[in-house]
Amino acid sequence: MIRYTVKRILMMFLTLFIVTTITFFLMHSVPGDPLASMAKKLPDYAVQNFYAKYGLDKPVTEQYFIFLKNLVTEGDLGESITKPGRSVSQTIAETAPISAQWGFIAMFIGIAIGTFLGIIAAYNRGKWPDYVVTFIAMLGVCIPSFVFASLLQYLLAGKWRLVPTAGWGKPIHFILPVTAAIFGPIATYARYTRSSVLEVLNQDYILTAEAKGVSRSGILFKHVLRNAMLPLITMIGPQVAGVFTGSFVLERMFSIPGLGRYFVESINARDYTMIIGTTVFYAALFIFSVLIVDLVYGLVDPRIRLSGRKA
Amino acid sequence: MSDVNTNTMATLSPDSFKPIPAADKSAEFMARPKITYWSDAWRRFKQNKVALVAGVMLLLLILMVIFGPMLSPYAYDAINRDLRHAPPSTEHWFGTDELGRDIFTRICVGGRVSIAIGICGALISAIVGTLYGAISAFAGGAVDNIMMRIVEILNSVPYLLVIILLQLYLRERNLGTMLIALTITGWLGSARMVRGQLLALKNQDFVLAARTLGVSPMRIILSHLIPNTMNIIIIAITFDIPGYIFAEAFLSFIGIGIESPMTSWGAMTSIAQQSFLFYPTEMLFPSLMIAITMLSFVLLGDGLRDALDPRLRD
Repeated sequence: MIRYTVKRILMMFLTLFIVTTITFFLMHSVPGDPLASMAKKLPDYAVQNFYAKYGLDKPVTEQYFIFLKNLVTEGDLGESITKPGRSVSQTIAETAPISAQWGFIAMFIGIAIGTFLGIIAAYNRGKWPDYVVTFIAMLGVCIPSFVFASLLQYLLAGKWRLVPTAGWGKPIHFILPVTAAIFGPIATYARYTRSSVLEVLNQDYILTAEAKGVSRSGILFKHVLRNAMLPLITMIGPQVAGVFTGSFVLERMFSIPGLGRYFVESINARDYTMIIGTTVFYAALFIFSVLIVDLVYGLVDPRIRLSGRKA
Repeated sequence: MSDVNTNTMATLSPDSFKPIPAADKSAEFMARPKITYWSDAWRRFKQNKVALVAGVMLLLLILMVIFGPMLSPYAYDAINRDLRHAPPSTEHWFGTDELGRDIFTRICVGGRVSIAIGICGALISAIVGTLYGAISAFAGGAVDNIMMRIVEILNSVPYLLVIILLQLYLRERNLGTMLIALTITGWLGSARMVRGQLLALKNQDFVLAARTLGVSPMRIILSHLIPNTMNIIIIAITFDIPGYIFAEAFLSFIGIGIESPMTSWGAMTSIAQQSFLFYPTEMLFPSLMIAITMLSFVLLGDGLRDALDPRLRD
């Protein structure tokens, strides 16, 4: 177990390093440079100063080593190009918690409702609750979140004026984005839970438990859920990472000042340092949460012998 | 006993060694036509009315996006400044958009882009992923290890970021670059899935037999292993198609999809969303098209899964 963990952590750093390197060189090989439009308007000496400030006058490999050194020693991801004076790390530190706030709420509500619906559907297989849940799951799978969001905005905010159309800062602002964001997870988790629970219900140990006279709720909580939930844990990892960067679309639609919105803005403004910084941050989070989930999975599921498991 | 033996031994002649015709071959006669795996699957699929309806819906949709623009007297990029934001009418079936362009024509033209991205994207990633996964599983050992590490590393890069970086890099945003951007990490899932399937298959006896007969590894992969995973690959393709359509819609929605005047369902939804509170029908039609297409593909995929792999049926 310890050996496996150490190996995985080393692997994590290697992956992160490769991702950083690829991102850096990919961004720097994009034709034209981020200061080109500014350079046209300014006198030569000012342009040179700007290039020197961002280190763009040096060869790319040297820029790369400077970037790596700053990142490793100080956690510094550089300074935003389109918003001079704002460091990338600072922007991430300010905006990621906002995305995390509403994202986690949506994630937990979504998973809770989705799992609940999935269990109900599996227990009533072939009866009307099953069809209702399948229908809801289908809607969630088939309709993009931005369409849901627009509908909610149109009905709740536009027609009935129950909540503000967009904005941030008060609890009431949570309602629209969270409602729009939970449809996807509800659909996915309901589908997976349903088939997972059905599979478990067919197992012999459920029959044994029933024969022994274990109560219905005992079977549900001690046998069915424990076994059916395990595969679902692996789905949570990548989702946690997604929460911190927020939903690009929903944050834009509801003007939430989260990381997702800044990321889209920086793409449209070609803010290279910000794009690289966010990518590195996101990749780190993603790899880290997948690792944590894998380790937790090993602890929860006694069938997995981590040390002997092949990746 | 021995007495009888010696007697018959004496009378043996080559004539005695004739094949005895089976008295009655009718016992072996197969009254029913042979059923191959595929015709069996088709028989199961036909019984699934929901999936059949979904398939017909898809056919109609595809016919509509191909021939729709011919039915319409308007060009998809023809601007009419006098008729902006017109509601649906007999002249403009679905109304006009903010530049007075006919929405029905644009939906057909945009649908070509959306459906093409869906189908091509799923096919490309299935082919690349299948070959990669098959080679990895069949080679085994260090090769497998390294190939899977590469997949793992690529998998750690969030796909949206790869797409965005690639689009910055490729500069243009047309059908081709969208496909490259979407498939560059899209094949990872199918590679993993095929590898897992083949690991189980490759130790089976028919593969051992082929190996003993000296069949080359590439031929074993192509004519023994892959056909045996075909059902799973086909199912994966049907479920991937809506995924790609969704991804394209999503990218167009945040403004890094297909460039105007070319359009797609996602791009149309995105533009209409800005004036959604005033002209809801402009957003209704493209999002309805996305929803219908997604629904049809998902239902078709469910039907195919039940037909091709009865064990997976829940």
